[in-house]
Amino acid sequence: MRPILMKGHERPLTFLKYNREGDLLFSCAKDHNPTVWFADNGERLGTYRGHNGAVWCCDVSRDSMRLITGSADQTVKLWNVQTGAQLYSFNFDSPARSVDFSVGDKLAVITTDPFMGLPSTIQVKRIARDPNEQSSESVLTIKGPQGRINRVTWGPLNKTIISAGEDAVVRVWDTETGQLLKESDKETGHQKTVTSLSKSADGSHFLTGSLDKSAKLWDARTLTLIKTYVTERPVNACAISPLLDHVVIGGGQEAVHVTTTDRRAGKFEAKFFHKILQEEIGGVKGHFGPINALAFNPDGRSFSSGGEDGYVRLHHFDPDYFNIKM
Amino acid sequence: MDMGKLRWGELEDDAEDLDFLLPPRVVVGPDENGVKKVIEYRFDEAGNKVRVTTTTRVRKLTRARLSKRALERRSWPKFGDAAHEDAGARLTMVSTEEILLERPRAPGSILSLPFLLVAGDPLAAMGKAGAVLMVCRTCGKKGDHWTSKCPYKDLAPPTDSFIDKPPGAETVASQSGSGKGAYVPPSMRAGAERSGTEMRRRNDENSVRVTNLSEDTREPDLMELFRTFGPVTRVYVAVDQKTGVSRGFGFVNFVNREDAERAINKLNGYGYDNLILRVEWATPRPN
Repeated sequence: MRPILMKGHERPLTFLKYNREGDLLFSCAKDHNPTVWFADNGERLGTYRGHNGAVWCCDVSRDSMRLITGSADQTVKLWNVQTGAQLYSFNFDSPARSVDFSVGDKLAVITTDPFMGLPSTIQVKRIARDPNEQSSESVLTIKGPQGRINRVTWGPLNKTIISAGEDAVVRVWDTETGQLLKESDKETGHQKTVTSLSKSADGSHFLTGSLDKSAKLWDARTLTLIKTYVTERPVNACAISPLLDHVVIGGGQEAVHVTTTDRRAGKFEAKFFHKILQEEIGGVKGHFGPINALAFNPDGRSFSSGGEDGYVRLHHFDPDYFNIKM
Repeated sequence: MDMGKLRWGELEDDAEDLDFLLPPRVVVGPDENGVKKVIEYRFDEAGNKVRVTTTTRVRKLTRARLSKRALERRSWPKFGDAAHEDAGARLTMVSTEEILLERPRAPGSILSLPFLLVAGDPLAAMGKAGAVLMVCRTCGKKGDHWTSKCPYKDLAPPTDSFIDKPPGAETVASQSGSGKGAYVPPSMRAGAERSGTEMRRRNDENSVRVTNLSEDTREPDLMELFRTFGPVTRVYVAVDQKTGVSRGFGFVNFVNREDAERAINKLNGYGYDNLILRVEWATPRPN
């Protein structure tokens, strides 16, 4: 395959997200402008201007009308996807790390970093249909675990919130009461910071990637550990194929070490694993730095990766990818 | 043509107004191959009129199923930084390099079938196909493992004789009947008591040089020839490394000097393979 290279960002990529139909690809980077691309040919559709810090995460509503972005400038902003106009800005006392729309787009969950003595929080905001009626009040605030919460997402039927972060523990919270329902086992769970979390297409299970050089597949309801994919590099990003029983894991040595070693030694490929057999299927090379973000197109026929090198690489799979037998 | 006369100062101020001077945008195609040409005119930084021809190929994707909403989005106007993006920005490029999904194994090997599993490993394949060939010299088991992988190699009795094996001399090895998986330095091997002086003598005293050998002569042949005179520790035939053809001389090392002497007396001038052998003491190299 010949990947499409998109060089719209001047700083390392942090997050990638497809909309539901898979025709738009949203990219976030440490430069201040989240960008939207056409996911088929990589043409840039627009940028969302207004943030004043690294953008860590984004999510797009099911109807592809709203975009929510969380940034290190201590704001979370709502955008009109079509025009790039800012609809609303939630202000926080610390950098926002992760955002996720609930099923139905009526709620959004946001995590904020520990900052200036403040603990990290998980906050749920109600998203009004009309941006003029939007309020900044939190429906729920969870002040819990120590350390940064790198990823947060909604559990099945919005009943739970799943969070994971620096303390390597995956937690499931009750959406109504904010109580901690489940915690991953310290023995079998991750040993180091969880950097990424990606749900399956149906939301029944999710994949977490960690700096302990492994990715783990969990049941979203029971938080049972289903599978572990071991690799030889810290995992920064992971994604589950919606079409085949594949998962893709990306990472590489830490950015600070990149200049001191060879590109080949850095292991900057996106590695494909068989979801069930846990066996490696193959690797896709190309980035000059660690992979920070990975996303599968909802049709499962292409995927994109974003790297520390500032490039988004959009890969449309060759036909023989779909005939791989294990 | 009056464009060339414009000075840069004028251009700075009213570059916008000059756009009407440019020829209109021309779109050619797409033709039957889907090739579309867009010809645009603009001013570059130096104020020169530039023609930009963009050639694109429009291709129908067989599997493209776009929803109505997605089609609608296709025609959305660009916004943000993308709205005033110049044609030369080249933010999106198709990789010049073909990137493949690199498989950890060869794409042909199928894991679920055990008989194909060994296909990638020639040694393993040989082990399965020619199981009879695989006889462990330590425990004598057939077809189970190679000598070097013998699980009982630590329990095996130490071999009592050692014959210095020249490279590639299979017959010598088989004749010796001994061979252990782990490397043991010669001084540590069985029969090492005598080897301390033996080794030194081998090089200078008991070595016999054989010349005028035919090209077909190999080490086993020399072994056969000289064995009759007494125990031989080493047979070596010089072989050209590039062509693999014998260079016509070799060395034979005897355990006992008397045996070597008898061999020289008997075989010097002996007709062997239509050639008359010359056998003499190997002169030690001056070092």
